[in-house]
Amino acid sequence: MANNNDSTPVVPDRALTLTPAQLKSRRARNVALALAIGFLVILFYAVTIIKLGPGVLKGGV
Amino acid sequence: MSFAADIDDIAMASEAGPGDYFELLKPRVMSLVVFTALAGMLLAPVHLNPVLAAFSLLLIAIGAGASGALNMWYDADIDLLMTRTAGRPIPTGRIQPKEALAFGLILSIFSVCALALVANVFAALALAFTIFFYVVVYTMWLKRSTPQNIVIGGAAGAFPPMVGYAAATGSVSFSSFVLFAIIFLWTPPHFWALALLKSKEFAKAGIPMMPNVKGEAHTRLEILLYSLVLVPVGVAPWLLGFASLTYGILSIVLGALFLVAAIRVYRIDQGKPAEVAAKQLFAFSILYLTLLFAEFIAEFGFGFAARLF
Repeated sequence: MANNNDSTPVVPDRALTLTPAQLKSRRARNVALALAIGFLVILFYAVTIIKLGPGVLKGGV
Repeated sequence: MSFAADIDDIAMASEAGPGDYFELLKPRVMSLVVFTALAGMLLAPVHLNPVLAAFSLLLIAIGAGASGALNMWYDADIDLLMTRTAGRPIPTGRIQPKEALAFGLILSIFSVCALALVANVFAALALAFTIFFYVVVYTMWLKRSTPQNIVIGGAAGAFPPMVGYAAATGSVSFSSFVLFAIIFLWTPPHFWALALLKSKEFAKAGIPMMPNVKGEAHTRLEILLYSLVLVPVGVAPWLLGFASLTYGILSIVLGALFLVAAIRVYRIDQGKPAEVAAKQLFAFSILYLTLLFAEFIAEFGFGFAARLF
């Protein structure tokens, strides 16, 4: 399905064309992944502060 | 090479939403794991940081969910054959087996490593062993080969209180082992009541459940025998002195009702009434375990809250 429209790059034959349903669910999955990563940031931040104490924020050696 | 390309195409073209992946984690089993692991955690005679305790509990739940996803990956062929499981994400084609495998493996590794950081290495190893036991020992090995499948495999479902206790203390205790024993002994009557109701389904899928292999009469007897052992062990936390009199009374009353249900399953073995008896035992078994652990959590939760302030 090579695309000959000048404004878009030519895509190779094996590229997939996603249906609206596929695009929608991919977006939902990506949002879920973003939330999971955000949760991980909070998890590791909180655990670091609790385990090492607030002193960890002072820095230095 | 082609594996990577496949995964790419599948991942892009999939219509699976986050809810489908959540379903792979067996949310109902996961909530039971949170419940029992919390009981084990509260049992620990140590000061717990509430944030670390909550994160540990969540990671134990994710580990349990990951083993559920791996179970669904491996069992997709037989899940398709049973109405109870045919609606799961892989048999219905919403999620590809390779995706479930990757999802389950990544979450297993993540939950174990993170638990090592949040709690301790011993708890992480206990969680890893639980996942291994459920996926490899139960799902891959025992489930399709012996009618003792759920007896031995039940250990996987019984480990969470010990994992919870390990997360809190870095070790295990006899009291956490008693909680393990309660769930371990509860599993056969609970599951065989279901097996009596669904024996045709299990036979169709070729799973050697007790009623299909040893017959219904033998299954009814074994349900009764396991119930007779379960009920005193259910009372044990009070007898051994680590649970209150309230727990003792509750466990005796619920235990007596459990025995009544089990005796009914044993004696009523024909037609519709037999089906009703099995259904009642199955439903009551869930209530039994839920109430016992809820009492435990309420009781120890107060002590925990008191220690916080």
